[in-house]
Amino acid sequence: MNYTERLQNVAVLGAAGKMGSGILLLTAQEMADLSLMPENKDKTFVLYAVDISAKALADLMIYIKGQVVKAAEKKAVQLRKVYADRADLVENYDIIDQYVFDVMNIIRPVTRMEVAYDCSLIFEAIKEDPALKVKIFSSIEKNNPNKPWYYTNTSSIPISQLDEEASLGGRILGVHFYNPPAVQKLVEVIRGKNTLNEVNDFAYEYIKKLKKIAVPSNDFAGFIGNGHFMRDALYGINEAMNLNKSMTWVEAVYCINKVSQDYLVRPMGIFQLIDYVGIDVCSYIMSVMNPHLKDEDLHSDVLDKMISLGVLGGQFASGSQKDGFLKYEKGGPSAIYDMEKKTYVPFAEFQAKCEAWLGSLPASWKPWKTVSFDKKKDAILTSYYNDLKLIESNGANLAKKYHLNSKAIGQKLYDDKVANSLEDVNTVLMTGFFHAYGPVNEYLK
Amino acid sequence: MKLRKKVYMVAGYNTVSMGTGRKEFNPKKERPGLEQLMKEAGQAVLVQIGGAKNVDETVVGNFMAARFNRQAHLGAFAAYIDEGLRYKPSISVEGACGSGGLALASAIRSVLAETADVVLALGVEVQNTVKAIYGADILAGAGYYAMRKNGHAFYFPGEFSDRAGAYYEKYGREYTRKGMATWFKNAIENARLCPTAQEYENKVDDLISLGLTEPNPKGFTDHLNVFDCSKVSDGCSAIAVVSEEGLKRIGIPKSEAVEICSFAVAVDNLTEFPAEPTEMRCTEESVKQVLTDAGITKDHLGTVETHDCFTIAGVMAVEAIGFAVKGKGPEFIANGNTARSGSIPFNTTGGLVGWGHPTGATGVHQAVTLWEQLTGKAGAAQIEIKADKPYGLSVNMGGNDKTVVSIVYKKA
Repeated sequence: MNYTERLQNVAVLGAAGKMGSGILLLTAQEMADLSLMPENKDKTFVLYAVDISAKALADLMIYIKGQVVKAAEKKAVQLRKVYADRADLVENYDIIDQYVFDVMNIIRPVTRMEVAYDCSLIFEAIKEDPALKVKIFSSIEKNNPNKPWYYTNTSSIPISQLDEEASLGGRILGVHFYNPPAVQKLVEVIRGKNTLNEVNDFAYEYIKKLKKIAVPSNDFAGFIGNGHFMRDALYGINEAMNLNKSMTWVEAVYCINKVSQDYLVRPMGIFQLIDYVGIDVCSYIMSVMNPHLKDEDLHSDVLDKMISLGVLGGQFASGSQKDGFLKYEKGGPSAIYDMEKKTYVPFAEFQAKCEAWLGSLPASWKPWKTVSFDKKKDAILTSYYNDLKLIESNGANLAKKYHLNSKAIGQKLYDDKVANSLEDVNTVLMTGFFHAYGPVNEYLK
Repeated sequence: MKLRKKVYMVAGYNTVSMGTGRKEFNPKKERPGLEQLMKEAGQAVLVQIGGAKNVDETVVGNFMAARFNRQAHLGAFAAYIDEGLRYKPSISVEGACGSGGLALASAIRSVLAETADVVLALGVEVQNTVKAIYGADILAGAGYYAMRKNGHAFYFPGEFSDRAGAYYEKYGREYTRKGMATWFKNAIENARLCPTAQEYENKVDDLISLGLTEPNPKGFTDHLNVFDCSKVSDGCSAIAVVSEEGLKRIGIPKSEAVEICSFAVAVDNLTEFPAEPTEMRCTEESVKQVLTDAGITKDHLGTVETHDCFTIAGVMAVEAIGFAVKGKGPEFIANGNTARSGSIPFNTTGGLVGWGHPTGATGVHQAVTLWEQLTGKAGAAQIEIKADKPYGLSVNMGGNDKTVVSIVYKKA
């Protein structure tokens, strides 16, 4: 089975979810592009969008259509060549409409998982629940005569575990997209102990065709991305608990969030990132990773408490942010959750006090948005960190410790052989988390 | 056309050229439409000429409101501009991006025909109603529809990219692109002096490097980058076209007006590709006629507003008008001759690349700019008009050098 044949009959499980919808979108376009090649004109391409909710599938199709229209508008120059032999398609309008139809025409939204019994390739993006994944893989494996390949989007469960428990004979690979898949460039690729070479090689070809960056990660719970993020998050939460001894919780969250965003020149603070991913999701990923870790306890009572209070973060179907540690209004975060009073306290009530306690940023500081897209960002960051070194304010001291801890996590991922190189660690943080620089650096020696 | 009677232009006005580049532009927010822009510009002229009661006729130049805005019949908006224009004559004219020039030609003819002494001439276009990729379809209407299928997604950039490619082939790529980048730099620097210009707030330091950005054939055209292109713009320009009697009626002294010395409208066959892609022959013919009819040569020109829908069109226009022989345009431009301080300043408020290109309005915008320059009303963008070079020339082009309206002006 060659590349094209492998992509003729595909299913995405959990297609209406945040990750599944992105994988569906990218795969549908790749399949449509193949179907439009002259040599494939007689072949049929089918992509099942499988999800338990019919309502979610209806919403999914609206999302997919909007995204495909945008993608088509972007590649109209190429599409005119693709449809050069169609005399009836003259204007960009005509061509874009046709392309959108051709992509949508490949997708079959269904609520029955059994359609995967015919497929040769299965993307799995269901709930991060090892038992559920194993159950579904096993039943497909029993009923599908094609010896299908399984690409799981798990961000934390070891691939070898899934392979063994579902008896997949090495036809499984971790293909971990980042949220949202349509935008994020990074895909972590994780081989299990017995993953077959061809299953691995195809994934690299496919990821390359999607114009994404594949970074190999070894099969260790959490892989590189969550391996860094979960430890970094736990560190941030613990730092806030320390501060909470001398200030209120709300103030402590504000200070740590500010340090981990502005002082570290990151796109968002650590509490905002936890909210973005979802407080329950973070807690769950930690619980999946924790049994596999030696000498570490990856667990946070604070996350448990927030979950018990029903404050979960995460996102609405529209992509907008739900309230979590922080409250979100149009312009961004505006208040912080007080777990005792069970209410949000507006920034205005404590911001000035916190800012005074933290001290001011070095004059050479520039926001992430400016630094990230500057060709001379290395020089900017070097001079910023040189200035930061010389400052002994509370904010600067927290930032220096935070920075070095993040670096140590990166180093550990390499030492533990989760990452093949320090460079891979940096690539994951820069492309998957949009950091302006990788955690393993020499800015603070 | 040699004029059998004195015709003047006076009391011009330009709205802002709205689109990317302007701080206040947000594609998702509602903006003034055709009728609001026409009212703004029309009223601004009426205020200067003593009100609508003094107007005999209105002419509206517009290219594609029928598709950009799903609106035709623009002539009847005259009565929306001002109650005083109700029941008076008004027409709209179309000749692609030369529509504004045709509106002026039509107004001049009315005065010459003595059916009007005061004509309100407007040009208007509102293009930001659709994304650029669909706008390209609409603008492609300036070409021959039978050629559309084999054209580029961005049809006109594609056509002029082909011209640029041919020019590179014949005269050298690096040499030509240097001239084009200098054209871009002049356009932006001039636009920074004109508050209504779309690139008024452009703050880029190294404009030459930006202009020399390598074209990206996968996303755009083979031989042009986006900086080689004019802007996607919403805008309206208006000016009064009047007879000697008309001037008296509106009570404005001659010294505030420009005299129209000659005008020329020329067309070429829309169904043909350019016979020689490195030359704009219709422009050349139109300019030859207009200079002859005015009884002057290019050496009498103090400034030119030319239709630089693309930087390469600016290069070819410099040659078509006769300032450089074929193949020497890039050098002439790179040496600074067309800059505001050069031997013949071109497009002193930025032209189509810098000021903006609300297609149907552009011809009228050129006339307003020349009226301002020749009567000393150009503000920060004012250049010195020397006594031995008192004439201004505007060249307004529709499509790929298919309709060209040229006009010669001098201070009355």
